[in-house]
Amino acid sequence: MSEKRKFGFETRMLHAGHIPDSYSGSRAVPIYQTAGYVFDSPEYAASLFELKQYGNIYTRISNPTTAVFEERIASLEGGTGALATASGQAAQLITMMTLLQPGDEFVASSHLYGGTYTQFEHTFKKLSVKVHFVDPMDIKNWEKAITPKTRVLYGETIGNPQGSVFDFEGVSALAKANGIPLVIDNTLASPYLCRPLEWGADIVLHSATKFINGHGTSIAGVIIDSGKFDFSNYPSISSPSIPYHNLNFFETFGHYGFLMKARCETLRDTGATIGPFDSFLLIQGLETLSVRMDRHVANALAVANFLKNHPMVDWVNFAGLPNHPHFDRAKKYLPKGAGSVFAFGLKAINNNPRETGKRLLEELELFSHVANLGDCKSLVIHPASTTHQQLSDEELKRANIKPELIRLSIGLETIDDLIWDLEQAFHAISR
Amino acid sequence: MNTRLSADERNKFQNSDLIRKILNGSLTIAIVGLSDKKERASNFVGSYLKSERYTIIPVNPLKQGILGEKCYPDLASIPVPVDVVDIFRRPDECMNVVKEAIAIKAKAVWMQLGIVNRDAAELALQHGLMVVMDRCMKMEHGRYNGNLHWAGMNTEIITAKKVSRFI
Repeated sequence: MSEKRKFGFETRMLHAGHIPDSYSGSRAVPIYQTAGYVFDSPEYAASLFELKQYGNIYTRISNPTTAVFEERIASLEGGTGALATASGQAAQLITMMTLLQPGDEFVASSHLYGGTYTQFEHTFKKLSVKVHFVDPMDIKNWEKAITPKTRVLYGETIGNPQGSVFDFEGVSALAKANGIPLVIDNTLASPYLCRPLEWGADIVLHSATKFINGHGTSIAGVIIDSGKFDFSNYPSISSPSIPYHNLNFFETFGHYGFLMKARCETLRDTGATIGPFDSFLLIQGLETLSVRMDRHVANALAVANFLKNHPMVDWVNFAGLPNHPHFDRAKKYLPKGAGSVFAFGLKAINNNPRETGKRLLEELELFSHVANLGDCKSLVIHPASTTHQQLSDEELKRANIKPELIRLSIGLETIDDLIWDLEQAFHAISR
Repeated sequence: MNTRLSADERNKFQNSDLIRKILNGSLTIAIVGLSDKKERASNFVGSYLKSERYTIIPVNPLKQGILGEKCYPDLASIPVPVDVVDIFRRPDECMNVVKEAIAIKAKAVWMQLGIVNRDAAELALQHGLMVVMDRCMKMEHGRYNGNLHWAGMNTEIITAKKVSRFI
């Protein structure tokens, strides 16, 4: 067992969290497809239920296959631990339900995935939690939105689908000055392209369905904690837990306090648990993360350059292109590449931008029309008619989504074939 | 791993070889400041160490017995040899505890997570004791035997060897 050497990212993609067990020697991570676990004794079972001993009780709370995924992603993000969830939406819900209480408020960037926007704006209202959305392009907007009731600042590493890059240094300084944890959704970057904990974020979330899984085969999410935020005066984490005999999670579990509370209270009670087989698929995905991401960003840059130079294209929102307002910021926070998900708009044909976008989808041959991203296969979607269709016109405008906007998730195909497909589709709709 | 110590101090007081040597080579742990209140951190650590088959000896002048074990008012009153003195006291109270630990010839002193007293640590070192500071004995044990891994925590242990996750 070596913990003296600081192993590299790729080594940890393959090894962190899994030690071949002494009885089977299985090199691949076994899938522990079980609901329950046999207790050593009644006393031992009691100590597990009281959290005096760490161990498996029931797969709704923890599972050995899932634990490998959790430790592995915690290692890759540089966190103290992780909690896997049934989806990215569940990761957000569990994080916020652990941190917030009725009457609390939080401030979020308006450059968010549409599903997140809806959850924050509408579903959280039912929990008596109020979100204030701010235009993230100006740090002053964050500053103005913080009130004594603000308990969380929230944003995405790469704003989807604007392609904006989060102002980590500006907003994390503000979070620290106000004693508020900064929560970052790092889905579009993956820990290979950006590690928000290294730039001052306190908690990182993922829709693990995307680049972590990498093959579009599971719905999953994960929460990673830096362990660095001081929750000693943070009511939801440090107040006595009545179900656990007035346990103070922060005093007792220290830098594991937030995650222990998230697992043993919020995950336990929401039941938004990942299944062991999905965890196995995420582990498989992580083993090739860096290799896939290098190819994703190379292909994405080539497609973005093709689009930028095409006469039918009106605009391209990709922070990897020098004309994007966050090109320099992307170089700083995402030096290996600005991801492979970005949006562009075609010049309207017949003055109908919505129809132009729709027509393009009909003509594409190789891009899959799918409400997902981060797959090995290239994907395309028209948000105004899918992911963001629940948003009113006013909300759509506030989220900066134009009717012609097409979002691409560039996969690992032969790059010439992807460009061929776009070219032939452009040709078809221009006739 | 979070700590208030510098890199040099971590190497001195939180070194993994040292921690494993203490966890592997000890049977008897005197816990100074062990609380009988179920929700306190010291009670969690004490019950964990007992369930991991260490002999725990509570040191608390105000109680008769805690976690089913007889309490002693101070280290000097303990009638058996003590391997580790695990300290749950304010940093400014650690010097006296360390002096007592030296007097009873304990092999190691362990100051729990969040407890730092550099002078007390140096004194213990000068008298040949092993010293761990600003670490939790339960968390460290859990890192090496895999218990913390079950809870999704980052143990930072990486190996391709077929081993059981025991210390």
